[in-house]
Formats: sequence, C-alpha cells, structure tokens
Amino acid sequence: MSNAIQLLRFITAGSVDDGKSTLIGRLLHDSKSIFEDQLSAISKTSEKRGMAAVDLSLLTDGLQAEREQGITIDVAYRYFATPKRKFIIGDTPGHEQYTRNMVTAASTANLVVILIDARKGVLTQTRRHTFLASLVGVPHIVLAVNKMDMVDYSEDTFNAIVAEYRAFAAQLGIHDVTCIPMSALNGDMVVKHGDNLGWYKGAPLLEFLENVVIDYDVNTTDFRYPVQWVCRPQTQEHHDFRGYMGRIESGEIAVGDEITVLPSGRTSKIKEIVTYDGNLQRAYAPQSITLTLSDEIDISRGDMFVKASAMPQVAKELEATLCWLAESPLDLNRKYIIKHTTRMVKCLFSRLEYRVDVNTLSHHGTDKLHMNDIARVAMKVQQPLVLDHYSKNRSTGNFIVIDEATNNTVAAGMIA
Amino acid sequence: MKLSEKEVTMSSHTFTHLDALESESIHIMREVAAECKNPALLFSGGKDSIVMLRLAEKAFRPAKFPFPLVHIDTEHNFPEVIACRDKLAADLGERLIVRSLEDSIKRGTIVIKDLDKPRNPYQSVTLLETIAEFGFDACMGGARRDEEKARAKERIFSFRDEFGQWDPKNQRPELWDTYNTRVHNGENIRVFPISTWTEMDIWDYIGRANLHIPEIYYAHEREVIRRGNAVIPVSHLVQPKPGEKIEVLSVRFRTVGDMTCTAPVESTARNVQEIIEETATTRITERGATRMDDQTSDASMELRKKEGYF
Repeated sequence: MSNAIQLLRFITAGSVDDGKSTLIGRLLHDSKSIFEDQLSAISKTSEKRGMAAVDLSLLTDGLQAEREQGITIDVAYRYFATPKRKFIIGDTPGHEQYTRNMVTAASTANLVVILIDARKGVLTQTRRHTFLASLVGVPHIVLAVNKMDMVDYSEDTFNAIVAEYRAFAAQLGIHDVTCIPMSALNGDMVVKHGDNLGWYKGAPLLEFLENVVIDYDVNTTDFRYPVQWVCRPQTQEHHDFRGYMGRIESGEIAVGDEITVLPSGRTSKIKEIVTYDGNLQRAYAPQSITLTLSDEIDISRGDMFVKASAMPQVAKELEATLCWLAESPLDLNRKYIIKHTTRMVKCLFSRLEYRVDVNTLSHHGTDKLHMNDIARVAMKVQQPLVLDHYSKNRSTGNFIVIDEATNNTVAAGMIA
Repeated sequence: MKLSEKEVTMSSHTFTHLDALESESIHIMREVAAECKNPALLFSGGKDSIVMLRLAEKAFRPAKFPFPLVHIDTEHNFPEVIACRDKLAADLGERLIVRSLEDSIKRGTIVIKDLDKPRNPYQSVTLLETIAEFGFDACMGGARRDEEKARAKERIFSFRDEFGQWDPKNQRPELWDTYNTRVHNGENIRVFPISTWTEMDIWDYIGRANLHIPEIYYAHEREVIRRGNAVIPVSHLVQPKPGEKIEVLSVRFRTVGDMTCTAPVESTARNVQEIIEETATTRITERGATRMDDQTSDASMELRKKEGYF
C-alpha cells in the first residue's frame, strides 16, 4: 500500500489572466483527478454560459453565488495524488480581499506557485504575492513563468524575468526560489517537459512538487509541546494515570528527557510516550501523543513543555505583524482575545508602529487598521505567553485575534 | 498491518500522508474537547464515522470519550449499518444517543407527504432539535471536502447561528491550525476533523487499521431495479413499479445513507485492497455515483447546509 507517501499543501497565486485555472486544470486532468460526472456538470454550465471551451475554474467554484456571478468568493481546496505524493491545492480568488484570502490559504501551505505572464514580466501583483508568501513564511516558492508559447519560448526573456524577480526576492530575504518556464495551455513543463523548452534543464512543475524536500518545513530542533488536554481516566485500571495530551509542534522528545513546563518553570522527566498503538521511545513533530512525567506537578491546558537547551520567550508584552481580516476596523480602545497555541488570553494593542503598503513594501505611519491592512503592532496580554519568533517557528509564532462581542476571527498575527 | 504502521513510526520519522492526516484529526478532536463546553460526535455507522471513532480512540484513550456519540436516524437506514453502529458503540463502551426522525414526525415538527421518499432533507430538523435538547455547542461530523463542492468551501470549524444555519459568504477566516471555537449561547459549531481526507485516504486507513465496517461496503449479490441511470436497491421501502424488473447484480455501496436514494455501484471488490484498486480507477465521484438527492440541483448540498444540515 501507499506507505511512504507524503502530503504536500500548496497554493497558486496569480490572476485568471496568468493561466492559473488552466494550470490547476492541467495538473488535475493529467493526474486523472477530474471525474466524469464533474466534467459533465461543468461542461453543461460552460455551455449554458455560451463558452467555447470547458471552464475549469468552475470546478472550484463550490457556492451558488460563485457560479451565478462567475466569481470566486472563498478559498477552495482541491485534492490530487500521484504515486509519489498526495497534494492539497488551496486555490485563492484573485480579486477583492486578496490579502485576506491569500494569507489564510498560505498559512497552512508548504509551497506557493507564483504565476506570471511571460509577456508582462514581474508586475506589482507579483511583488504583492511574493511579499505575502514571505510574510506568512511559506517555506518554498516556485516562480512559474507561464505563456512561454507567446514569447516564442525565448530563453532570454525567461532569464531577464528571473533576474528581475530574484533581485526583488532577495530584498525580502528570499533566496530559495525555483523558476520554471512553462506553457500551461500546451502542457510544456507542467507534467511533462515537452519539446519546446529544450534549453531548460530543470524538472517540470509536477516532478518538482513530487520531490521538493519538505521534511524540514517544521522546526526540527526546538522541542515545543503545548498541552491540549489533561487525561485522567480515574478508572480502576488507570487509577493514577495522568497524561498530558498534545501534538509536538516542533523538535522531538524521548523517554528520560528532562523538560521544563512554561510559564511556571517547573522541571520533570518524561516517563512514557503513550499512543493508542503502544508506547514509543521517541516521538517527533507533528505527532499527536500523550506524555506522562516522573513527577506530579500542577499542569493544565495552555502550558507548554520545552527543553532547557532551546528556551522560548515568556512575555506579557510583544511585537507582532498583524493582518487585519474583518470588516470592522481595529479599535485601539477595545480589548480583544487572542488564541496562541492552546492558550486564550485578553489583549490590548498599545501601539501601531507602521502599516505596510503591500504593493510598494513601503512603511507608513497609521492610527487605523482596516480589512486587508498589514501592520507592525505592539501589544500587551493579560497572561504571559510562551513565544517564538514566527520566522523561527510557525506553530508557536502565530496567533489569531478574536472579537469578544461577535466571536469573529478578526486578525492573524505573527510574532516579530 | 498495525505492526508495520508502528515500525514505520519508530524506525525512521518519515511521516506518511496518513500519519499526517491522523495527527491533524486527533489535534482537532482534542481542541474540541478542551474548548467546547458540551460537544458530541455524530456517528452513523458509515465508513467515515467509523474512521472518526478510531481517531477518537487514538485521541482520548486510555480515558473514555469526553463526549457522547449521537445518531440522527432517518429510519431509512440499511439494517447492516444500524447493527454495526450499535455493536461498535457497545464494544467501545461509549454512550450512544439515537434520535429518530419518527419522533419529530410524531411531534409534528416534520411533515412529510410521502413517508417512503428520501428523508435526508428532514434530518436537519431532528438534528437541530437534538442539539437543543442536550444543549450541544459543538457537533463533530465525518464530512470531507472532496465529497462535494459546497463542502470543499467549508471551514473545519464551521460556525452555525442560533437557527443552525451556515452562511457560506460570511465564514470565519481559518488560519494555521489555530482554531476559533467560540460561540454565544444557543449558537453552535460543526467540526469536521477529517475535512482534508479523501475517499482514498479513508479506504487506505480502513485497510491499515483493519477497521470493521458494515458488510454492504463489500461486493455482494443484491436485488436491484434500474430507474433512469440509477441502480436502486430493492427493500421494504423500494418495490418495483409496474414494468420494472428486479435484477440480481454483484454490487457494493460507496456511501450508505437513506435506502431510498443511495445507489450501489456494480463491483466485484470483496476486500479493502480490491476496493482501493477500484477507487483508484473509478471515473465517477463518490456522491455522484451514489446519491440521487445531491443531483436534483447544482446546489442541493449548499441549500441543505444553510438549513442546518451537517
């Protein structure tokens, strides 16, 4: 059976004009992931709308309003598999509320494919997509220079675009970009190499997606274990059992390891690593496990186990990059709730340092934060949080902001 | 099966896609248990909810589940599925709450003209009544995003207002796996811990964990009649109309729902491995092949969800 198959989550960024739907359609089609009944349903709809060819974007438009208006409202997820990997594509709508949707989809992605039209080169939106991908810390970036058929498959054109893009990416501290010339329409360099881009020596997109190393996308060195749930069966058989259930967010743990419980700072040793399938000697991120300790200490949900060799910060004042997601703007006079790992605390935004213009990357002073705005903020929280920089640890560096009155998720935060 | 699974985890830390999906689902269930006041797990005895049950065991053993199992019974279910439901709940020693559409019909909150017609649209009524009766603030269900296009758009933690309604245009943003579980009194959250699993993942997992599922998922001889493109199982609810003739075919069910609108597919797959092979080569989606009620319009599922369906 499919034992060593890994899961890769990626998103595609680019507008319809860049051939995004064509690219997704081709990946799904060539990996045999479009079913006959889906194809016949969208063919009917395409025909009804008087389109000459089947519109593959209809595959991801799951809502009635989207189909009626021919627009994509929300992120849609598509699934396909090859013998080597399973893939989840987050397809983000390209128009309004782009920042909000892309940040949401990128937050769980291993990789982003940024599409550009070879005729147009690097545009403002290319810069915006790249900035958002780097902001959310997507580990791998692919620049797909599409529509190479429209520029005679010119190597010089491709090289010029790549040089310009790399120079821009370097400003953001991004050095690991894979650039692939392609024609999604003709299928060049999507699944197969094709005959038209003989000068390009790299792998086609799908082959790259199948082979890119994602084992180190999680932080493998700093052990972080937020306690989700304390398990006390209190049955005869397990009378004294007290297990701390959670998921290893980063690093690894072994029986006998000494751990520190934060924020209290108490220490103990790992007695057992319990799972349904039997006890383990060692466990790694992102396994969900149950830990027992050799000492009885007071531990509850929201506490975090770490190792003394790699300590996070414990703080009540912090700085973060905030992406505002809600219709109602940030109110500096109000208290909000933030959820960080398994902890929920009240917070107050004490200062807005600056807002980032996502098109020019320039900083602007501001006293307001509206939907789709990205800003650097200073904040205070009621209870201490156990924190890492987002750039070092996506799991323990992120938080969401919740409006207490509506219970809506109003912002995404990254500890800076 | 189980041994090799453990060896993989212990010998190297290559995490397979099933390990990743499993760990994600366990994490979600534990978040629900910890943050919601009064959750429940919707359990029908179908394959997806049987996987959910194993995930709950993995999440909470050696303790009991911190929530009851709930089934909203249309009384149009296959007897093999109901038997499996009861046996699994009893074997696990977990509490199973069953509420029937018949109760709502007796109360007069469901009015049905033809009692033998498909009852899925009415399930929402009994579900919402059950949520109110027990005061559940979170219901976990085994729906998957690959099943249906409206489901593909739904969050893992899907907020429902006090009428149980889903507002697809106004969903809470869901980032990383930092889930917002907060609701006001009377509102609730539907949680889908296996959202990102596919039909193939479910079968791979059933094979790997050697889970017991109702026999009707495997190929068997069954009396059916053909109506239009559909093959419909003959039962006490569905009898041939004049001119229709009963055939005996080798079939299996890809989904098990209301007997009057769940169609089997022709198949000879008698074990999980053979089903996996068939699933890998099928050209029709799971619900497209088997659910006649989803095909009445492009938006059937979305409309039902807006009314409180899970």
